[in-house]
Amino acid sequence: MLTRLANPATFMRVSGYALPPLATAAALLAAYGLYLAFLASPADYQQGETVRIMYIHVPAAWLSLFFYSIMTVSALGTLVWRHPLADVSQRAAAPIGAAFTLVCLVTGSLWGKPMWGTYWVWDARLTSVLVLFLMYCGILTLWRALDDPGRAARAVAILTLVGAVNVPIVKFSVEWWSTLHQGASVFRIGGPLIDPAMLRPLFCMALAFTCFGLALHLAGMRTEILRRRVRTLTLLQAERLERAAA
Amino acid sequence: MGTFLALVRRDLALAARVGGAGGLSLVFFLMVVTLIPFGLGPDLNLLSRIGPAILWIAGVLATLIGLDRLFQADEEDGSLDLMRLSPAPFEVVVLAKATAHWIATGLPLALFAPLFGLLVALEPAALARTALSLLVGTPALTFAGAIGAALAASIRRGGLVIAILVVPLMVPPLIFGVAAADPANPGSGQALSILAALTLAMGAVGCLGAAAALRGGE
Repeated sequence: MLTRLANPATFMRVSGYALPPLATAAALLAAYGLYLAFLASPADYQQGETVRIMYIHVPAAWLSLFFYSIMTVSALGTLVWRHPLADVSQRAAAPIGAAFTLVCLVTGSLWGKPMWGTYWVWDARLTSVLVLFLMYCGILTLWRALDDPGRAARAVAILTLVGAVNVPIVKFSVEWWSTLHQGASVFRIGGPLIDPAMLRPLFCMALAFTCFGLALHLAGMRTEILRRRVRTLTLLQAERLERAAA
Repeated sequence: MGTFLALVRRDLALAARVGGAGGLSLVFFLMVVTLIPFGLGPDLNLLSRIGPAILWIAGVLATLIGLDRLFQADEEDGSLDLMRLSPAPFEVVVLAKATAHWIATGLPLALFAPLFGLLVALEPAALARTALSLLVGTPALTFAGAIGAALAASIRRGGLVIAILVVPLMVPPLIFGVAAADPANPGSGQALSILAALTLAMGAVGCLGAAAALRGGE
């Protein structure tokens, strides 16, 4: 199944069929999820209306890690099987993951201002997401800095794998660092179990975000495959012209 | 082993004769340590409290110097191709080059840290602990840097790219380095052990990753 899909021509055909329903599902789920989140769910007894930011913030945080995992698996595909489609998948996932991480950071700090009284605290979770964002930035920089796509894919794959080792270490060390400095955090919500009335919009939005992210990923991969085809055709054309001139 | 020693000796000779890398990074270290009190004000109590952090951040910045030439110079003049062809595993070549880089930058910083610590009014106990933590932790910084240097070896003017790639990897050593340097911190012994573990782990990940990156650039 996976090996058959891994053929770029097959992939283009199958993803062409899969993309419209996926995008539609994302739109419908987002519409229903936003209706639930903004109109049909109660305000929190402590956080008030700001709790609604959570319905964007939490799915974005999940997807920032989800896309890093996609990149890690694709990086293995690049290094172990040297498969061009894995390169394409890596390349398409990086900006999407970076965008979700940024959305997570921005919505988080917008929530932090009314709730904690400040846009930013050096809390363990915030800091590790920030480092994750920095790693996404490094990966995007490396993609831009290397011209040859195959070579860039291998370099980025190594960086992604090193990063996959680094992310848990950073998470652990930042937790150690932060608890060391500020003791028991006052910013914990106190862990009340989330009410089903809030859980439903949250899961709906998470599903919508996942469909949306996957649709973006497929579209990005299709664009990248076409871009590479154009590049190859241009190179062939230049070669032919050169041969004709000689 | 012979290859390793020969490479370390060669790189150290190059560093000493071409740019005086050891002296240069020491001067840079001194610059950073001098600059921070100008920004913060001459409050000695404050400086002695954040002194280990100043020295560690200066160490991180000083490690970044020279990273862009770590593999690039050899890539350009073709000696890296010869090293690839040598019977020694390529990881050993990377380990040798990283070791030489550390001896030229990290080791002098650790040795001179007590001296620079005086500038930020560190207590004798803190001086010793800071120097020790730098000695244990700067190899981790160098190995993290080697990965970035290997990835960016073929990029002209890759210096800024390397900094962006490498700094997220340097966060854990920095955290535990500063924690291990503070004598008032009850967990500092534990932090020092974790720092040593990070150095070893970074050594393995760095050599494998950098060697794979340099091979992928063929």
